[in-house]
Amino acid sequence: MKRYVIRRLLMAVPLLLAISFVCFVFINLIPSNPAEVALRVQQMPVITEEAIAEMEEMLGLNKPFLIRYFDWVLGCLRGDFGISYVNPARTVAGELARCLPATLQLAAASFVIVVVLSIPIGFLCAVYKDGWFDKIMRGIVFVSTAMPAYWVGLLLMWGVSVKLGLLPTNGSGSVRHLILPAFTVALSYISTYIRLIRNNMLENMKQDYVLYANVRGLPQKSVLVKHILKNSMHTCIVAMGMSIPQLIAGTIVVENVFSWPGLGTLCISSIFNRDLPVIQTYVLLIGVLFVAFNLIFDVLQTVSDPRLRREK
Amino acid sequence: MSAVLELRDLHVVLRQKHRSTELVKGVSFSVEEGQCLGILGESGSGKSMSMKAAMGLLDRSFQISGSALFQGEEMLCRSAEELRRIRGGRIGMILQNPMTCFDPLYRIGFQIEETFLAHNRWNAAQVRERSLEMLGRMRIRSPEEVLEKYPHQLSGGMLQRIMIGIATAMQPALLIADEPTTAIDAITQFKILDELLRIKAEHKTAMVFISHDLNAISRVADRIVVLNQGRVVDQGDFRHILHHAKDPYTRLLVEKRAAVMRRYRGILEQEAVYA
Repeated sequence: MKRYVIRRLLMAVPLLLAISFVCFVFINLIPSNPAEVALRVQQMPVITEEAIAEMEEMLGLNKPFLIRYFDWVLGCLRGDFGISYVNPARTVAGELARCLPATLQLAAASFVIVVVLSIPIGFLCAVYKDGWFDKIMRGIVFVSTAMPAYWVGLLLMWGVSVKLGLLPTNGSGSVRHLILPAFTVALSYISTYIRLIRNNMLENMKQDYVLYANVRGLPQKSVLVKHILKNSMHTCIVAMGMSIPQLIAGTIVVENVFSWPGLGTLCISSIFNRDLPVIQTYVLLIGVLFVAFNLIFDVLQTVSDPRLRREK
Repeated sequence: MSAVLELRDLHVVLRQKHRSTELVKGVSFSVEEGQCLGILGESGSGKSMSMKAAMGLLDRSFQISGSALFQGEEMLCRSAEELRRIRGGRIGMILQNPMTCFDPLYRIGFQIEETFLAHNRWNAAQVRERSLEMLGRMRIRSPEEVLEKYPHQLSGGMLQRIMIGIATAMQPALLIADEPTTAIDAITQFKILDELLRIKAEHKTAMVFISHDLNAISRVADRIVVLNQGRVVDQGDFRHILHHAKDPYTRLLVEKRAAVMRRYRGILEQEAVYA
């Protein structure tokens, strides 16, 4: 097991190098000159050729492409990920650390909503297949999968905040601020997992072990929960685990709709300001999260499935 | 002698959205105490279907009519909970594919335990004692270790024996074996059939043996019912089926079997000549 984890970690190194290089290449293809944009953002009254040249010199933009990449990788290894173009006094790591907690809070709240809602609803849909509950939920799932998150966010804002005045429309700071954005982020995942759990359970119900559990006269509740649900959850664990980095990455749009001061908002403003190191590092961070969660949930699955576990 | 299980004019209809298919078209037969009834038929002839219908193992998309009497009591009008209490307790059942019948996520010991606890109020020590005793009776070596194993760590023959052990542990009045020898190799098959014969002799258990294997059925069954396309087409003891089958399907089955045996004997005799 230890050897397996170490091997996977070593294999992640070239993968992350590749991710960093690809995102560096693509982001540096953006046509405008970051030095010029940085000067404009800093509200320099007259932007002269000399000022631009000086800024380029300062940000290292006049160096060749590969050297710039190498500098950034060195910055990553140092742990500060380079400096922000727009505000050279700040490191990229500092900027991300400032915004990360808000995004993690949002993603964690969404994940809790996803787990708390989708497992029981999926379970009930499978148990009462084709009943009224299942039919209504299937309709809701169908509609909510089709609605884009920003639109759902705006609808909720309009309905819950503006018309009913129950919750604040934007900003952060309290649990009341968290509810709408978290629910908006969670919604599409809830639909996906309701379907996943429902179909997984229905698939499991056809298995021999369920027939045999009934043949042995086990109570219905135990057959459904201990056997069918546990076996279905088992296959859902990996999908759920992989949705955590997706949740963290996927908050971009919703954060902007609700003015949530997280990574998404930072990322969008960095794109407008051509703050290339911040965008690169954001992409790399999401890459690291995907690789890490992939590994964690592979290990978890190995631990929870006796067939994958090694026993003497 | 009164019948332990008696089916009278049992019909099973599968209702789908636009059509309904009649899978079992009026099947009647009965099993008495200490007797083994063999149900012979090809896949889809309704052999398992009629037994599952009687035991309440079919879901709501199947419509069941007719009558199924177990120890004189009607099974078809019982609630799900009453049927559950009968299943595994007074009626034991053995399925084919022992490798896939146990839940892969739980240890064998746990699965035996939950079956015992579903029908009895035993404490942990009693459950353990009975489990070990049951495995011992099924001649499973080092039963303590087997209790700690997961299903994938045991062989098909072993799992099949554990299944028979679970089915017979609560001294059922009726034992249903649904193609118990289909998924296992010939030697294990032989031993499993021996086991079933022993159980029948020791406890006077009524037995229903479902199979499409004429050879297996001829070893254990006292009486044979041949099903084809949801109907009983022949009934009688093995000798009767062998020589006086009326139904063309039964005759085909018997002829093919005889042809295989002739060929097999032929090869054996040839080898005897060369040796």
